[in-house]
Amino acid sequence: MLDWTAILETVAPETLLVAVGLLGTLVGAFLKERFARVAFKLGALALFAAAALAVYYWEGGEAFGGLVTTNPFVNFAKAVSFGVAGVALWIADGFFDRHGTLRFEYPLLMLFAAFGMGLTLSASDLMTLYMGVETLSLSSYVLASFHRDSPRSAEAGLKYFVLGALASGLLLYGASLVYGFTGSTNFEEIAGSEMGIGLLFGMVLMISGLAFKVSAAPMHVWTPDVYEGAPTPVVAFFSAAPKMAMMVVFANVMFTLFGEAVDDWQLIIAIISGASMVIGSFGALLQNNIKRLMGYSSIANMGYALVPVAAGADIGAPSLLLFMTIYVIASLGMFAGILMMRRTGGMVEDISELGGLIRSRPVVTLALTAILLSIAGIPPLAGFWAKLDVIQAGMAAGLLPLVIMLVIASVVSCYYYLRVIKVMWFDEPMEEFQSADPSVALTVVVCGLLMFPGLMVFIGVLGGWTDAAAMGLAN
Amino acid sequence: MEVIAFWILAVIVGAAAVFVIAARNPVHSVLWLILSFFTSAALLVLIGAEFLAMLLVVVYVGAVAVLFLFVVMMLDVDFVELKQGTLQYWPFAVLIGLAFFAEIVMVRTVGVGTRLEPSPGADSNAEAIGQVMYTDYLLLFQVAGIILLVAMIGAIVLTLRHRPYAKRQNIARQTARRRADATELVDVTPGKGI
Amino acid sequence: MTEIERFALDYLPVIIFLGFALALSCLFIIGSFLLAPSNPDPEKNSAYECGFNAFDDARMKFDVRFYLVAILFIIFDLEVAFLFPWAVTLGTIGVFGFWSMVVFLGVLTVGFIYEWRSGALEWE
Repeated sequence: MLDWTAILETVAPETLLVAVGLLGTLVGAFLKERFARVAFKLGALALFAAAALAVYYWEGGEAFGGLVTTNPFVNFAKAVSFGVAGVALWIADGFFDRHGTLRFEYPLLMLFAAFGMGLTLSASDLMTLYMGVETLSLSSYVLASFHRDSPRSAEAGLKYFVLGALASGLLLYGASLVYGFTGSTNFEEIAGSEMGIGLLFGMVLMISGLAFKVSAAPMHVWTPDVYEGAPTPVVAFFSAAPKMAMMVVFANVMFTLFGEAVDDWQLIIAIISGASMVIGSFGALLQNNIKRLMGYSSIANMGYALVPVAAGADIGAPSLLLFMTIYVIASLGMFAGILMMRRTGGMVEDISELGGLIRSRPVVTLALTAILLSIAGIPPLAGFWAKLDVIQAGMAAGLLPLVIMLVIASVVSCYYYLRVIKVMWFDEPMEEFQSADPSVALTVVVCGLLMFPGLMVFIGVLGGWTDAAAMGLAN
Repeated sequence: MEVIAFWILAVIVGAAAVFVIAARNPVHSVLWLILSFFTSAALLVLIGAEFLAMLLVVVYVGAVAVLFLFVVMMLDVDFVELKQGTLQYWPFAVLIGLAFFAEIVMVRTVGVGTRLEPSPGADSNAEAIGQVMYTDYLLLFQVAGIILLVAMIGAIVLTLRHRPYAKRQNIARQTARRRADATELVDVTPGKGI
Repeated sequence: MTEIERFALDYLPVIIFLGFALALSCLFIIGSFLLAPSNPDPEKNSAYECGFNAFDDARMKFDVRFYLVAILFIIFDLEVAFLFPWAVTLGTIGVFGFWSMVVFLGVLTVGFIYEWRSGALEWE
């Protein structure tokens, strides 16, 4: 009854993740806390293996009677998001150990969240899409409030949950309208049906729901609070893996589900994109907490990433993948850097605490500087080339006002990235940080190095991959 | 007849939903919520989806709403204080409500092209669901299981606390206990003690 | 017989049952209102707390374990909801449908084992 080859070709990584997750639950139930430290590493290895499987089954396929379909475009996003999720899990154990919350449930929830991402990415049916989003969201709410004894973490989880449930409701309402007006839940069949006013309403509601999941304005309000309150390794995960996955899902839904109706949604996406840029860049100006600052920065960056989505599948797809990949690597490196900000009393999160970091930690400071400059989009770092690609895509699609906004927002955002760099290089040295876990420091340095696009080789190779991946979408 | 029943039930659902947010006492809010769930179930019966109606009663009225009631009755929250300031969001809420209302009106006027059969090719609704859910939609069915598992893990991670000082009954030890383990016969010499 | 009449006939037992429930509950309320002696005074109406005035609100924080039990109950309640359509269609969906449900139950059994071992089912 089951076509195992097709299933493997399509959802092999997800199958692996669920199998490891279930096995981990069983082993954890019996070994309890003795299993915790191993579980972190095993979970990370499973995520890396899932990323490798996504690359191995690059061409993808279709399974379960059209409920899931994959192609290189999706598999690229899967590989990147599983990879960064794996790194975020690998470097997390030191943090939880020091806070006395090293529990094996953390990697399990991470695995199930990754499973949700993979399923959403593979979705070619409204029901699969919703189930995947729910699995990801439910695990994320728990992860955000993982430090249940800290009021800030609990608050972050609660805010995320209440707003996330609302967004899921919008997505579901939109999906049911789409189903009601087309009589089908399959992406291809819906794409083939006529665009009416009812379908348009369903589309707008679905866009609102998806915008929440990628934290684009006006559904962004949760981001700074959750980033500030949730434990730092969790934020490292949130800011990288689900962002990559959900942004590609967003693009996938627009490109395939509503592919015929570009004229109807281009303006909506453009408005969301522009609003995110403005809110993200200006909101970050007044922040003193580095996690909040990164929260606003991510809103702005999601605004940039929506430009290629608005540009449409043919023009936008490769630059979307390139931009998101470089952004999530930079973001992961930045949060690994924040994980290093630790003194005797615990973690510190004020930007001023980074004062004079160059004297005590020159290598890390250099890497963080490269990451920040790259996010800001300063040539010749990777972020610059990614942004240039996005701008070219926007220009090619004739979205000139949006591109102008992008440039202005980038210039504004330079101020706060440079402020952090100035604090690190020129301010009075603060008391030295405690020594970091080797894996964390390594992550910062490697992410920093990746920003010097090896130099052009990395971008060239990555650009080749993203082009190849986007070609898969067209076929 | 059917139309009359629909309108009566629809008015009850609408009114109950309004009272959920208008009631001063949160316990009354939950009771109104239960009424609106229940009446929605009746509406589902009216269109022939009786299995969904029973699920709504079993899951929402039987479990979820009762849990809500539990929470509002037992939580240490000053509801009068909580309600202050909600009034300033009314314009916003009304705006969103109007948008949804406009959508429903539009759905009605534009009209749905396909009127879907509640139980296609089956005697009952439960059968119609059962014929496809475990085979055609196998993937989604199993993912539902995974979601329930995540919910279980999440609930335990967030709420379970062990109390090391709590005294527990160990039945195996109780039954394995013999008189010899607990008592000792001592021959006490008078005036000396043990 | 029109369709709506047949429909009403299907639900006749339910309607009779609801009617009985409604009538009985009204009867009890009205009965106790009419028959019970009622002679209130301020002291009788005040909260009873050993002779002095109540110290604080009746609401208080509740142990979160009650909610844990309730949430775990809802999860298994949903699991059972999935069993109904399966039970009525087992004849048509065959062996595949049977094993499909077994896998589903297996996943939740993993959760149940975890629950049991982690001590969430113990009251302490």
